[in-house]
Amino acid sequence: MRGKYLYISLAVLFIIASLAFIGDDKYWTITKEDVKLDFPKDFPKPLYDFKNNIPTPEGFTLGRKLFFDPVLSKDSSISCGFCHQRIAAFAHFDHPVSHGINGLLGKRNVPPLQNLIWEKEFMWDGGVNNLEVQPISPITNPVEMNEDLKDVIMKLQRSRVYPAMFKAAFGDSVITSQRLLRALTQFTGLMVSDNSRYDKYMRHEDTLSKTELHGLQLFRDKCAQCHREPLFTDNTYRNAGIAYDSTFKDSGRIKITGDKRDFMKFRVPSLRNIEMTYPYMHDGRFRNLKQVLDHYTQTFTKESGVDPILVNGILLTEQDKTDIIAFLKTLTDKTFLYDRRFADPNMVRY
Amino acid sequence: MIHKRVLPILFSIAALVAAMSFTVPNAPVLTINFENVVGNKPLVLDSITYKNELGQPFTITKFKYYISNISLTNSEGKVFPFHDTYLVNEEEPTSKKIGIDYIPSGFYTSITFTIGVDSAGNCSGAQTGALDPINAMYWVWNTGYIFVKMEGKSPVSKSPGNLLEFHIGGYKAPYNCIRTVTLKFTKALTIADDGYGYVTIKADAAELFKTPTAIDFSKLSSVTDFHNSITIANNYADMFSIKE
Repeated sequence: MRGKYLYISLAVLFIIASLAFIGDDKYWTITKEDVKLDFPKDFPKPLYDFKNNIPTPEGFTLGRKLFFDPVLSKDSSISCGFCHQRIAAFAHFDHPVSHGINGLLGKRNVPPLQNLIWEKEFMWDGGVNNLEVQPISPITNPVEMNEDLKDVIMKLQRSRVYPAMFKAAFGDSVITSQRLLRALTQFTGLMVSDNSRYDKYMRHEDTLSKTELHGLQLFRDKCAQCHREPLFTDNTYRNAGIAYDSTFKDSGRIKITGDKRDFMKFRVPSLRNIEMTYPYMHDGRFRNLKQVLDHYTQTFTKESGVDPILVNGILLTEQDKTDIIAFLKTLTDKTFLYDRRFADPNMVRY
Repeated sequence: MIHKRVLPILFSIAALVAAMSFTVPNAPVLTINFENVVGNKPLVLDSITYKNELGQPFTITKFKYYISNISLTNSEGKVFPFHDTYLVNEEEPTSKKIGIDYIPSGFYTSITFTIGVDSAGNCSGAQTGALDPINAMYWVWNTGYIFVKMEGKSPVSKSPGNLLEFHIGGYKAPYNCIRTVTLKFTKALTIADDGYGYVTIKADAAELFKTPTAIDFSKLSSVTDFHNSITIANNYADMFSIKE
């Protein structure tokens, strides 16, 4: 008789466990609806063309798996998601510069991943010209993942799960660098942030406080020339008066163009989710937004090479700074930060 | 009674054979054979020591280059363009022979091609075949293909290990290293209706360091970005010739 009860208990346990998995499945399963190309109406036309890489649930799921898989790094220690954390809009939470394998440090702040299909170029210096090829940089960088694309492909071919996932996504199980990169692009390309309180305010679905509205007004007056709405960047490179650091020896865009005028120029980053992406600037030298605004209120000499619109400093009172910061926090997009589609599938649901 | 059943089968077979012979025409094929040399010597990796214009000895350990946008001009001046990109790699004999299909028969007076990869090819995202980034002819930090890659050694080189390292690429002004070459056939290249064409193009690796700027390996042993890239690109612009 005891055996009978054991069987029944086991059966009940099994059913409960299955139910848990069913619930989980729904959380992790990517549907056609999840990969629909449906872009915000007030955003310009995307610069990345999905024409040759139309997202599918299978392609996106593969991209997600790859994004969070440390197999992309030489010693299987670092995944894309290691430095690009969802809670920080895919920047590296509270890290001035990137971390790589063997505890190595990079020399630049990890940029958030959001609205990438509206970006003309990538990296702080704009050195990468197409979203599809962007992941090759961190994969092969000696202080990031330090791996060879050929070796990545070999490891994926040997894996028990990837050939089937490539087959599901691309029709056969052949693994090429193009398929790997396109799957990653399906995943990162759909990271769209357009549902912050600011967005809702613009769509007349929400209101902003008096302080936030004053901040918005000041922002439009003093900051929006470079941080242009609705993407909060004008996709240019500028010298923001950040002093050259003799330990990092990072001279910015001049390394890409060879043009002396590009010395210390870095991309104008978007300010969406800025609350979550601290520390700030290309090398993460400012801990908080107050420090950033303090930096911009100082004056510069013309010889410093700083962007002409910053030479005389931005005139802001302490109250102005507080209000601008209050406004900037309305750019935090919780829909995006908690979007289940972009969660690490290896983690327990949270 | 039997022939009523057999006939349709025979007809189908006949139709199938006819169809097959129509769908697979004898397309003329032009084979271009790239022969890598150094001056008047054949290019042999590692083992032969060559001399540059300044008499400095050097060996070659790697020699690879992209050829793209090939076009042929016929005797009436009509241009026939082909859009594939080829990576010629001294280390891989099969890469030195490229076949171009579906060339109309006729007499051709010249061939034009690009050394490198055009601007569109550099901006098109993840690609396959010759343009797959796994071919190690790709710059990651500043997107673009390395058009010509020559590596070797010279005792006068001041680089670590006496290395010579010339990775030349870049498609953006003012560091555009794309060069277009037109080579005239002294005797028109004939492609008959059912025939094949064959042409051998010599690539002289010594030209990278020769004209218009003779390279002193003790002063310049490594070019891996836009610094000095134009000098080498202007040098390799004339490295190809037709082998008669």
